[in-house]
Amino acid sequence: MEILRVEGVNKSFGGLRALNNVNFSVEEGTVHAIIGPNGAGKSTFLNCMIGRLAPDTGTVMFGDISLTGMKPHEINQIGVSRVFQTPEIFDDLTLMENIMIPALAKRDGEFALHAFARVDLDAEIRDKAMHMLEDVGLAEKRDTTASSLSRGDKRRLELAMCLSQDPKLLLLDEPTAGMSRADTNNTIDLLKRIGDRGITKVVIEHDMHVVFSLAEKVTVLAQGTIIAEGKPEDIKGDPRVQEAYLGGAHL
Amino acid sequence: MLGLNKKDAYLFLLVLALVVFAPFLLNPFPENSELAQFNAGYPDLMQRFLIFGIFAIGFNILFGLTGYLSFGHAAFLGVGSYAGVWMMKLLTMNVIPAIFMSVVFAGLFSLLVGYISLRRSGIYFSILTLAFAQMSFSLAYSVLTPITNGETGLQLALDDPRVLGVSQVDGSIPQANLFGIPMRESFELSLGGWLFTFNAGYYLCAVVMMVAFYVAVRIFRSPFGMMLRAVKSNQQRMNFTGLNSKPYTLAAFVISGMYAGLAGGLMVAMDPLAGAERMQWTASGEVVLMTILGGAGTLIGPVLGAGFIKYCENIFSKINDNILYGWFSGLPEGLADALVFVIHPFIGKGWHLTLGIMFMLIVIFLPGGIMEGLERIGRLFKRKPPSEDNAAAQASAAPAE
Repeated sequence: MEILRVEGVNKSFGGLRALNNVNFSVEEGTVHAIIGPNGAGKSTFLNCMIGRLAPDTGTVMFGDISLTGMKPHEINQIGVSRVFQTPEIFDDLTLMENIMIPALAKRDGEFALHAFARVDLDAEIRDKAMHMLEDVGLAEKRDTTASSLSRGDKRRLELAMCLSQDPKLLLLDEPTAGMSRADTNNTIDLLKRIGDRGITKVVIEHDMHVVFSLAEKVTVLAQGTIIAEGKPEDIKGDPRVQEAYLGGAHL
Repeated sequence: MLGLNKKDAYLFLLVLALVVFAPFLLNPFPENSELAQFNAGYPDLMQRFLIFGIFAIGFNILFGLTGYLSFGHAAFLGVGSYAGVWMMKLLTMNVIPAIFMSVVFAGLFSLLVGYISLRRSGIYFSILTLAFAQMSFSLAYSVLTPITNGETGLQLALDDPRVLGVSQVDGSIPQANLFGIPMRESFELSLGGWLFTFNAGYYLCAVVMMVAFYVAVRIFRSPFGMMLRAVKSNQQRMNFTGLNSKPYTLAAFVISGMYAGLAGGLMVAMDPLAGAERMQWTASGEVVLMTILGGAGTLIGPVLGAGFIKYCENIFSKINDNILYGWFSGLPEGLADALVFVIHPFIGKGWHLTLGIMFMLIVIFLPGGIMEGLERIGRLFKRKPPSEDNAAAQASAAPAE
């Protein structure tokens, strides 16, 4: 079953056509990778999907709900979470609080005036947050402020924040960018593990190692258009993909 | 206790003790000693400590938690004051309805101002609130004279209708009271050379402030408070986490506006008059100073900041050249003249200069305000081996990677 369906999406910035009539769909429960050379429009595409940018034309359907024109918090509330290219976390708060906030958002909705409840006595939320921190291996750092984490840890934290909401669809924008090989492998393992929960994932990635060890389906984007789509091993040998990446040089 | 965790409960009890025993604590010098002018234990000033403490606690809920710097909070205090005086004119001299309506009107007005101002953030938000406050001030000063009595300020009169009370008692305006206890009533206790004053109005302020402080502690520790800190930390992430930051900031704005109204209502209860100058931007700036000076985002900092500024205002502004000459009477005349000449700009009417310098020093050397200063002192006396602490501090200060 399709969980996400993108039809005829166009997006221009001034004279630059960032996305050109993109049609795309994601099957429920799969890991779908979007790859492409620099400036291919991958991030623009993702931003159009989550309401950060409004596409000029076209529709983005999540199940039978149209995401176009919805506000970011509304899109999240229906079950789409996003991990950013540069970790977006609550820098001044502790790791525990960082995860409790999305957990509360999931439970209490977009706004709840619980001004008299005690957050430290909310066992349900605390247990959930603690459990998530253990899952990503940050449990012993739960009371440190998030700003003191390394970049890899920050990304793991952001991932845990998204996972604590049990999203139906998880969008990851270069989840391993700027990570060492060891950290990258850890993240791949983590992503594989959360794959077992049946969360559909869309991964934007540069690193072919990550793409080929995670994705079940790969879409290649170049100059705002989809040039190829298929299984990882088919994509590897596709001449159009090689041309897009290597400028037509044959190896 | 009281639904607070241990640390907060201790803090609450500490504040409670300080407030209850303030008439003693603030009068450390005997009545006829030379240092008696540094005593702050008279009702008028103690009431102001608490009223501005409430004002700052409320402001801190907005500024300390969400980071939205409002430069117009005095407008809500002013609206609260006018509402309070009108209740006393129209209804009764009992202070409860006056205080209640002050909170209600300030809340409604802050809902309006907040709804519009919160469309922007950062400096634009600050400018919008400042503009609103100055507009309110100008309106109160001129156009709205029928309601505010313009420059003269709104006062009680002998012919006020006062539906639930009497217009006058023996040809004079009746006193503000709480179910018959006049706010001005004081009990004086003379012990040796000391004179302690226990004022009914002060203890009403004390009760109200303790309630206000308690509510603030609960807000700080609630999921709502955590969301407000999330607004300050990363609003973008908050929105992509499924939270609508707008109603959160608006709720914080209205709550802090209601605190300001409460302060305004208490001012009226202590002294039933209201003037437009209460809404002026300098008054809004003062509460910003109090909060930053005490420590924005801390529970008790704003109260300390409010007390500190009000103390300086009253004490420094009372010192004049004659008092200085009195202090330096032991020194040779030329030297005394020179010292007085140097100190003169900092005292009396020039106390703002002293305040300004202290504010600069605190912001530069103690960005966390008085609370950070206290914390540093506390750390010096901690029993833990300092090496462990340093290691932790270094680890958290080290850049990521």
